[in-house]
Amino acid sequence: MSPTQMRVSDGVGRSEPGHGVAVSLVNLCRSYGPIRALDGFTLDIAPGEFVALLGPSGCGKTTALRVLAGLEDADSGRVEVGGKDITSVPTSARDMGMVFQAYSLFPHMTARQNVEFGLQLRRIPSARRRARASEMLDLVELSDHADRYAHQLSGGQQQRVALARALAIEPQVLLLDEPLSALDAKVRAQLRDEIRRIQLEVGTTTLFVTHDQEEALAVADRVGVMRAGNLEQLASPHALYARPATPFVADFVGLTNRLRATVEGERAILLGTSVPLLPGSVQRGDALVLVRPESIAVTPDPAGRATVVSASFLGSTGSLYAVTESGETVMAQIDNDAVATFNPGDRITLVPRPNPALAIAADSGVAADANGSPAAPD
Amino acid sequence: MSLRATRRRRQSIFRWVVVTVIGLFFALPIVSMVEFTTRAPGGGRTLDTWATLFDVNVIDADYPELKTGILASAGLTLLTVAIMLVMLVPTMTWVRLRLPGMRRTVEFICLLPLTIPAIVLVVGLAPVYAWVAYFLGESSLWLAFAYVVLVLPYAYRALDAGLSAIDVKTLAEAARSLGAGWPTVMWRVILPNVRTAVLSASFLSVALVLGEFTIASLFSRDNLQVAINLLGKRDASIAIAAALAALVLAFIVLFAMSFVGARRRSPRPEES
Repeated sequence: MSPTQMRVSDGVGRSEPGHGVAVSLVNLCRSYGPIRALDGFTLDIAPGEFVALLGPSGCGKTTALRVLAGLEDADSGRVEVGGKDITSVPTSARDMGMVFQAYSLFPHMTARQNVEFGLQLRRIPSARRRARASEMLDLVELSDHADRYAHQLSGGQQQRVALARALAIEPQVLLLDEPLSALDAKVRAQLRDEIRRIQLEVGTTTLFVTHDQEEALAVADRVGVMRAGNLEQLASPHALYARPATPFVADFVGLTNRLRATVEGERAILLGTSVPLLPGSVQRGDALVLVRPESIAVTPDPAGRATVVSASFLGSTGSLYAVTESGETVMAQIDNDAVATFNPGDRITLVPRPNPALAIAADSGVAADANGSPAAPD
Repeated sequence: MSLRATRRRRQSIFRWVVVTVIGLFFALPIVSMVEFTTRAPGGGRTLDTWATLFDVNVIDADYPELKTGILASAGLTLLTVAIMLVMLVPTMTWVRLRLPGMRRTVEFICLLPLTIPAIVLVVGLAPVYAWVAYFLGESSLWLAFAYVVLVLPYAYRALDAGLSAIDVKTLAEAARSLGAGWPTVMWRVILPNVRTAVLSASFLSVALVLGEFTIASLFSRDNLQVAINLLGKRDASIAIAAALAALVLAFIVLFAMSFVGARRRSPRPEES
């Protein structure tokens, strides 16, 4: 009997939290023809940790996850799980549960049969198998749907069954490959929170790949931002947002203003105000400072040096676009009930809050990706 | 009557005329065969020919070539279907999973036999079958190798439709991540989900093998059609009855194909 069989059979009836293992991806390289999907990618995940990989399309995040799953072979590098090198171990022997972006329930099986599939392969006795499947379906709150086929379940329900199926085998590592991207916004938010709750409950080391920064920031212990096959920054969601290590991270995670400033040592003069700078900023001279919309305070001021372009109600918050006298477009976050007080053409004063910001060279060519610098609406 | 109603009525009449003409086209030869096989000597009707056809002892004693042909065709059918499935299903699945760039090439190769006349195939296969006879003997069963080539286009189309209806890659990867090896993936995940396509490919192959004459005849091997042809020179009535029985059997098999494997599906629930 394999260690996996032992653990599953012993664990039937209750998931024991905290049985996660450490995962290391060491210097992984993977090319598809001329494209380097992974370029010396290295990532260490602590036992029981939930790490999200975030990045634009083609940055290599899914490739990294598939290499860890054994579904892709790395050209070079090493994959270690629990201290053991599993680089050449086939997928079927890696003991990892995976939830895919596409619906992956076996169409000819009911939800229960799907959950039992991995246990059957491990030759778990029928009674224990059924008990374990019931426990997992309870965990994802789908006990009432145990006898339904995939085509009788909604997208969200299918992904929850897929999660139960992946967890039923008590995998060493849980891999989530954009499991929420096919769902509508409301179901996505619900299932996102459910995934986090379940992960905390079972304590399995988890790698979650997504291109949705809100998802990544909401559920992960640490978020890794990837670019061109490598990690730009790996940090807690708050640190990633508040202290981006590179212009790319600042641009990619959250909305960012790029405002001209004069840097002197560890501070920059921005919109007439001195703000502290993050490590890694340029040290002297003209620069662009990356400032979050919520780091800019807006006050109505007939003598102000900026003009409102538009103000929008966004539900829980509001956003305001303004143009400074020097022609820069600035986006600021405002209270939702303040939106009505600003009209296009109103004069305002913009004051940066004293939050540390990243300053980059004024001629920096970093592309503003999907969430890059704001542009004023037409 | 409005213009619209008149047009609808004309269209309806046209549809029925087309259906009737096509029905007659197919039914007339069959009715003629029935008429011929039920003629009694000296006029009138009799079912003697049909009674003979279904009397195993009489067939065994008086029409041994028919029995040989039926047995050979039955064996050829089973062998052809088995070889076709064992060869084609894993290959097509593998191409989808690992070699998607080869899909067009494989499709081209599988459809190629459609463009090659049977007589040309025989010319090409003759030297091959000389070796087959040398190594494996003269059994008619070895015609199955040639028949697999003949059924490739039809089987490929049926299986391709089935594989296209499911996400083979994701299902296979999901099964593998749960601990399944490739044989388990094929047997427990892919095959059950292309069951209808496998049945379609099998039935089409059965129909084709049961009706094949040219290759068997030119290679001087036995099968049902060769037997019917031989029998026709001695006893036209029983030959026509056997041909009609084979035809009806093929019809039944193809008709069953549209029902077997069909699953009733309930509507998909709303997202909740």
